[in-house]
Amino acid sequence: MSAAPHQHRLAVGIDLGTTNSLVATVRNGIAVVLSDENGRGLLPSIVHYKADGGVDVGYAAQGTQASDPRNTIVSAKRFMGRGLKDVSHIESMPYDFLDAEGMVRLRTVAGVKSPVEISAEILKVLRVRAEASLGGELVGAVITVPAYFDDAQRQATKDAAKLAGLNVLRLLNEPTAAAIAYGLDNSSEGVYAVFDLGGGTFDISILKLSRGVFEVLATNGDAALGGDDFDQRVYCWILDDASIRFPSIEDTRRLLLKAREAKEMLTSHDVAPIHVELGTGEQVDLTLKIDTFADITKTLISKTLGPTRKALRDAGLTVDDIKGVVMVGGATRMPQVQRAVAEYFKQEPLTNLDPEKVVALGAAMQANVLAGNRAGADDWLLLDVIPLSLGLETMGGLTEKVIPRNSTIPIAKAQEFTTFKDGQTAMSFHVVQGERELVSDCRSLAKFELRGIPPMVAGAARIRVTFQVDADGLLAVSAREMTSGVEASIMVKPSYGLTDDEIAGMLKESIDHVGDDVQARNLREQQVEAQRLVEAVEAALAADGRLLRADERADIDEEIALLKKRIAGTDHRAIKAGIDSLNAATQDFAARRMDQGIKRALTGQKIVEFKI
Amino acid sequence: MVPDFSQDFFALFGLKRAYRIDGAQLDQAYHEMQGQVHPDRHAHLPETERRLSMQWATQVNEAYRTLKKPLLRAHYLLRLAGAETDHESNTAMSPAFLMEQMEWREAVAEARAAGEHHELENLMQRLEKHGDGILAEIERSLDAKKDYMAAADAVRRLMFIEKLEHEIEDALEALESQD
Repeated sequence: MSAAPHQHRLAVGIDLGTTNSLVATVRNGIAVVLSDENGRGLLPSIVHYKADGGVDVGYAAQGTQASDPRNTIVSAKRFMGRGLKDVSHIESMPYDFLDAEGMVRLRTVAGVKSPVEISAEILKVLRVRAEASLGGELVGAVITVPAYFDDAQRQATKDAAKLAGLNVLRLLNEPTAAAIAYGLDNSSEGVYAVFDLGGGTFDISILKLSRGVFEVLATNGDAALGGDDFDQRVYCWILDDASIRFPSIEDTRRLLLKAREAKEMLTSHDVAPIHVELGTGEQVDLTLKIDTFADITKTLISKTLGPTRKALRDAGLTVDDIKGVVMVGGATRMPQVQRAVAEYFKQEPLTNLDPEKVVALGAAMQANVLAGNRAGADDWLLLDVIPLSLGLETMGGLTEKVIPRNSTIPIAKAQEFTTFKDGQTAMSFHVVQGERELVSDCRSLAKFELRGIPPMVAGAARIRVTFQVDADGLLAVSAREMTSGVEASIMVKPSYGLTDDEIAGMLKESIDHVGDDVQARNLREQQVEAQRLVEAVEAALAADGRLLRADERADIDEEIALLKKRIAGTDHRAIKAGIDSLNAATQDFAARRMDQGIKRALTGQKIVEFKI
Repeated sequence: MVPDFSQDFFALFGLKRAYRIDGAQLDQAYHEMQGQVHPDRHAHLPETERRLSMQWATQVNEAYRTLKKPLLRAHYLLRLAGAETDHESNTAMSPAFLMEQMEWREAVAEARAAGEHHELENLMQRLEKHGDGILAEIERSLDAKKDYMAAADAVRRLMFIEKLEHEIEDALEALESQD
């Protein structure tokens, strides 16, 4: 099931980080980070909205952090899929927050912005960088997310990528991406721990590597713990030590920047001087010693150990089973973090790959494979898990778990419920994610209602609720009354993410803004899509044409010819119709090819005892 | 078109239908099967194939999980043999067993209340050992004697044990988050 061999499809891996973002690709078989025109690989995850409607991203926006803090958004990843009450340190943030349904919004000089839109600005810059550097349009991108991101945060990330005009090949967990980069580099076998402390998130994943299979056994973490929190501690220490009572938002930003500089300096020095001139003209002049720094951040470090213990227990392993510990994320550069990890795992952690680049590099390798550029040596397989249990609200505000955490994805589970009143015709469902017993302690993902249940006595209806989690870790829920067939289903999306219509609207706006022609873009998209389909079907026919009867083959050939003719035309709707019809004509063929693959997997094991 | 999932899980992995299985062989068959059907293998293909791939990969994961975990595997074998355990309705357990359960439960509650981390781990180990004994019983009943009634009874007992183990895990987690 490989792609047509004649062309290399342009695909990238993107690490959308709290502090910095990167884009990488596989070039001549080697994963490389793509740099900007100044040779810089990292793009600071900072977006500055200007009064004239313009937007600066990255280094260009860095300078306005202290001078225009309200319109210069840093660490937007912390707000993805989050309501106002979920965001920590909100009091020291200089933004004008708006608590909208589901996700917080920020009021800027350029209007109200959602974290999805802000992240899309960063992704757009990376897409343009990649296209310029690779010289063509991208087939797709793998976007990394913290393994501990819940459904709402994942959905928000996918929405941001779509809004940036990217075709998302897969959402990939950051520690898993790092494991690919490490594992393939060292052709390792055994159980490894990936300790990923980024700018705003912490993940710990336990993976088993064997013969090209990366199997995540368990993952845990804290989606609101990272380098930012260390800055925050230093900031509080400065306020305390310099007796600053009510800093202005400009001073807050200035002091946070100085706090970060001091933190970074302490990775290679024993003391860090802190000099700041406040807006009032007052001078702050302090020295932060490494011991003091370790002391004020001790509780942050111990916050990483709880999740680590849980992940090990869920994997059914102890520290002694861990062959190596991979360090990922800029915050793992701090000596006290490395010491704590070494102490806990009783071994020195691996730091031979750049902890800030390794996620993007692994994502690029996976993107290359997913785009269909698989070569013989790239024959690896990822088996990942969902980080948090998914469930439904039951009587008394309690959670009933439907899919437990650390289940390998994709996964589907069904549960049956019944009516509790005579003649009941509707039933409502509340989908939640988390480990706690009380619904109020879990994240609410969606609410929906199944209507039109035929009136029956209480307990007679059989309502089957099915949870399906796909390979991106995204949930879809459907409910069906089994005796009548009445059905309701939702992608778990509207309450926390943006609707598809909203995304389409924003996308259209942004296209209008740059003066592109929507019609032309539609046509080009459909042509690319159709061309991709034709190539895939032709490759499949070349490989497995013998699975078809002559008349079936003739039908497919006819559809291909028709679609090819339409691709040459200018009617995007006709092309779309042709795509649908070729897809329909090849359904049985696809199913037979899949069966063949399954039989091949079985015979590959040379097992004689097939039946008892 | 919906793929044909009627094949039983043992046949899906080319294994003999029995409680005792070769774990390494199951792992290998699972990896090879996912190597064919996993969505990552079909990400560049049309929508139809991607959907089919997700359905198959879901089925293969379910099959693997069912066969990998001893209790689920025993359950599944009983279902294939038409001897359901009726764990919802059939709660008639021997008084001796129920008494034993109460004692376990009290021990867990006491250790939890006293915050005795070590004692909880101790209890966990003893329970696991106890569970291993029941698993050996299940294996004899299912594979050698084909005594499904006895196997179903042992499976029900093991479910109580597993529930207790979960309670201990919860207690351990609760203690750790207090640290």
